Amino acid sequence: MSKTLMKGNEALGAAAIQAGCKYFFGYPITPQNELPEYMARELPMIEGGAFVQAESEVAAINMIYGAAGAGARCMTSSSSPGMALKQEGISYIAGAELPCVIVNISRGGPGLGGIQPSQADYFQSTRGGGNGDYRHLVYAPATIQEAVDLVMEAFDVADYYRNPVIVIGDGMIGQMMEPVEFKELKKRDLPVKDWATTGTNEERKPNIINSLALDPAELEKHNQKLTRKYKEMEEKEVRHEDYQVEDAELIFVAYGTTSRITRNVVDSLREEGIKAGMIRPITLWPFPTAAIQNVPASAKALLAVEMSEGQMIDDVKIAIEGRLPAYHYGRSGGMIPVPEDIIEKAKEILGGVK
Amino acid sequence: MAKGKVYFDDDICKGCELCTTVCPVDIVIMDKERINAKGYHPATVSDMDKCIGCANCATICPDSVITVEREKK
Amino acid sequence: MMQVVYEKTKGLTDKQTHYCPGCTHGVIHKLVGEVLVELGVLGKTVGVAPVGCSVLAYDYFNCDMHEAAHGRAPAVATGIKRVLPDHTVFTYQGDGDLASIGTAEIIHAAHRGEKFTTIFVNNAIYGMTGGQMAPTTLIGQKATTSPYGRDQATTGMPLKVSEMLATIDGAAFVERVSVHDVPNIRKAKKAIKKAFQVQIEGTGFGIVEILSTCPTNWGITPVDSLTWLKENMIPYYPLGNFRTPEEVK
Repeated sequence: MSKTLMKGNEALGAAAIQAGCKYFFGYPITPQNELPEYMARELPMIEGGAFVQAESEVAAINMIYGAAGAGARCMTSSSSPGMALKQEGISYIAGAELPCVIVNISRGGPGLGGIQPSQADYFQSTRGGGNGDYRHLVYAPATIQEAVDLVMEAFDVADYYRNPVIVIGDGMIGQMMEPVEFKELKKRDLPVKDWATTGTNEERKPNIINSLALDPAELEKHNQKLTRKYKEMEEKEVRHEDYQVEDAELIFVAYGTTSRITRNVVDSLREEGIKAGMIRPITLWPFPTAAIQNVPASAKALLAVEMSEGQMIDDVKIAIEGRLPAYHYGRSGGMIPVPEDIIEKAKEILGGVK
Repeated sequence: MAKGKVYFDDDICKGCELCTTVCPVDIVIMDKERINAKGYHPATVSDMDKCIGCANCATICPDSVITVEREKK
Repeated sequence: MMQVVYEKTKGLTDKQTHYCPGCTHGVIHKLVGEVLVELGVLGKTVGVAPVGCSVLAYDYFNCDMHEAAHGRAPAVATGIKRVLPDHTVFTYQGDGDLASIGTAEIIHAAHRGEKFTTIFVNNAIYGMTGGQMAPTTLIGQKATTSPYGRDQATTGMPLKVSEMLATIDGAAFVERVSVHDVPNIRKAKKAIKKAFQVQIEGTGFGIVEILSTCPTNWGITPVDSLTWLKENMIPYYPLGNFRTPEEVK
């Protein structure tokens, strides 16, 4: 399989098409524009494919609701403020149990914020910005190859669980160019979409795509069914990578492009004889709680490095349950952490921890 | 004039009386003697012989309570 | 020999509706069901219900249905139609859903010329939530959020949706009808059939605005509501066709 040099946003589109996605509904917002632009070029070339530029992100996510309810593989993408507009729709999609893939190439916030990379949508993505008890898988690729792999898998996972899947990359994932290849995925055995609204042909009872249940007992039963589904996701779909954790005294927790910077920091500290390691969540939800709970006895402290004022640190603290001190270091607004500053913070922590 | 016949699915009627306002021969009335399963006085016909099967009553009924037959020449 | 000339349409399910006695939502449901059957498309129709009194419409139409978020039915319908271009797709929306929170969605569906049909029920009030003022509430009309009568100075003039959408080229068919009496119900059915034909022939977006009653929240009897509609709504919302493709005229 030869590799192609591609810009992240375009690679995400190509991966979706490889995975059989024929419908894309989007709206312009920096820094993800190249993705809808790519889909606008490619999807009309595909038999039955369609690209629609919606009038807003609110409309786009509701077009997804319709397309997914009609049984199609479909995708939308946006960036932070646009993702905020989609939250109601995502809650409806989770409630109605519809499969789809949603890409967030996140930027600095809050509000209009900036257009530089950021990881300040962690809470929005992992807690869900919509109403009600719902969850969705959140994949956080660190490279464009990983982004391609995860997008392709996301369509299968979405169909398997009948749930939305979010792929979140900070602006760098969207804007960088890296060589990628489109590998053959191991096939999941996916359920038939007999629930889709493809027309009764007057041969079956109508299929209804709906999240309304006015009877509270019925709605609770539905919630409990969803919770069982989310439990299954937590058991089967959590993913992370350990880097030199086995004997580490200071363990970083970092994801996405920040984890690539932190990987260099681990190497530098090791060269100075400081035993550092890194746990890299690949799924932000489910969060790799076990990986953090099972850190080796050598561990003295945890340091979450994020492009935010501190969001994932909460999950790190929850996971470690106070057994070890857990610190946060971050830049925000689109500023990117540099190794020297992370190293300084690490030494400060280790200095303080005997 | 053609002969018609109407049937009321009594328990579906909500007693809204719209059908009583459109009958050209004025035979559609509310049956004050009875209460249906929903607790309304259902609509009925006072003199079926006069019915001409125009289906006005059925057309304006919001709940498909009325079925209409007409004599086929 | 007696022949059935009117019976409940196969286009509706057996489920009895929750609508208030005399609410003409029920009449409009029948017309849509009858048209879908008469055009022979019921088995390949997908409808989208709104949020409002007709939120439960997904239980009443005898075809595959989606329940959309408030105001978003035209976007949901866009997604469905793009996936199933040879299916018949419609949205059924009230004035709160379409003329308030969902104005962007309906304008842009028309603007893109999306090939689906919208049934827009205008009863000049929010019914499901208990009688609040809608963008279509008439000047001087009392509602729970215009308790002294709608005041143009603070709430503007009622929105004329059909006239507004008729300025958009993508809207191939725009007609306003009413169901306040039998002749108008029959005319409304014709308009609904034309709107669906415009879709089936692939000409473009079609919308039928249907003036409808709300006895409960208008605070008058179902029978008097028909008169109130005729004497108050029709003068401000004139009936008629605002746009039709030449071939369907």
